[in-house]
Amino acid sequence: MRQRPVDDEAPDRLYMVTGGRTRADESAFDSVSLIVSECEPAPGMQSEHVKILRLTRRPTAVVELSAQLRLPVSVVKILLCDLLDTGRITVRHPSALRSAGGPSPELLKEVLVALQNI
Amino acid sequence: MPSRTSERAALRATAADALKIVIVGGLGVGKTTMVGAVSEIRPLSTEEVMTEAGAGIDDTRRVRGKTTTTVAFDFGRITLTESKVLYLFGAPGQQRFWYVWDQLFSGSLGAVVLVDTRRLQDSWYSIDRLEHHRMPFVVAVNRFTEGPGVDAVRDALSLPDTVPLVDCDARLRHSSKDVLVTLLRHLTTWYAPAQETTS
Repeated sequence: MRQRPVDDEAPDRLYMVTGGRTRADESAFDSVSLIVSECEPAPGMQSEHVKILRLTRRPTAVVELSAQLRLPVSVVKILLCDLLDTGRITVRHPSALRSAGGPSPELLKEVLVALQNI
Repeated sequence: MPSRTSERAALRATAADALKIVIVGGLGVGKTTMVGAVSEIRPLSTEEVMTEAGAGIDDTRRVRGKTTTTVAFDFGRITLTESKVLYLFGAPGQQRFWYVWDQLFSGSLGAVVLVDTRRLQDSWYSIDRLEHHRMPFVVAVNRFTEGPGVDAVRDALSLPDTVPLVDCDARLRHSSKDVLVTLLRHLTTWYAPAQETTS
């Protein structure tokens, strides 16, 4: 890795956890994509990856990971890319992004009924 | 204990499809209050890093340095069915927030513009931006004081008759729920014509 000039501030956490990468493949994750871990953390893994695998034993949205890890959403997406590339997580994408004409009447009806019953 | 709290708040293992509704409004108008009134979890806060529109960040120094702007937002959620969960976002309406709209809120079902009648001007920009993004919305007046009636508010916001405008008390679960139900009814008509005809 290329040596950087010493900063007069503490190393930036966002820079550290992402290894300097600044963009995830934005199509891979929505802010409410549900992440599910497919394995237990392994020794030597980056601590943020370990935390993500623990938090996602049950489905967990990207924004919830962001809140729990106290990292911006886009930084969490970068971390998730690593885990997805190595098959350690699976992703359940929001169906709203797949329907070009907007949400279907059936979906809206389902949401309406569910909200009336909360 | 934090770990127990997070386990209790976990989604069902069958959760497979998350939906989004955004509550937009100025500072102190009651967005987080409304999210908290209907959410099954205590509202969480997080932030997003603002990137250049459509271009992302190419220069890593922008992430490390002070030029990066972050936009904070709150959210909660409601489990709707075995597989569906609705995320409710409380989002600030100020100008820089709209740069992260596509990053965070593309694919939202719709939006609620939460209004304080003492600061109606705070809502103009949000309404303009929602129209720009072709995002259907309803307007909810959070009643802090008596203030002008809904007709006067509609006039002041130059709101067309097709956009529902309701009074609410964001502190109350049933009142906030009614706002969401109003939005869903509006969405049913808003999305219908586009699916029946392409012209």
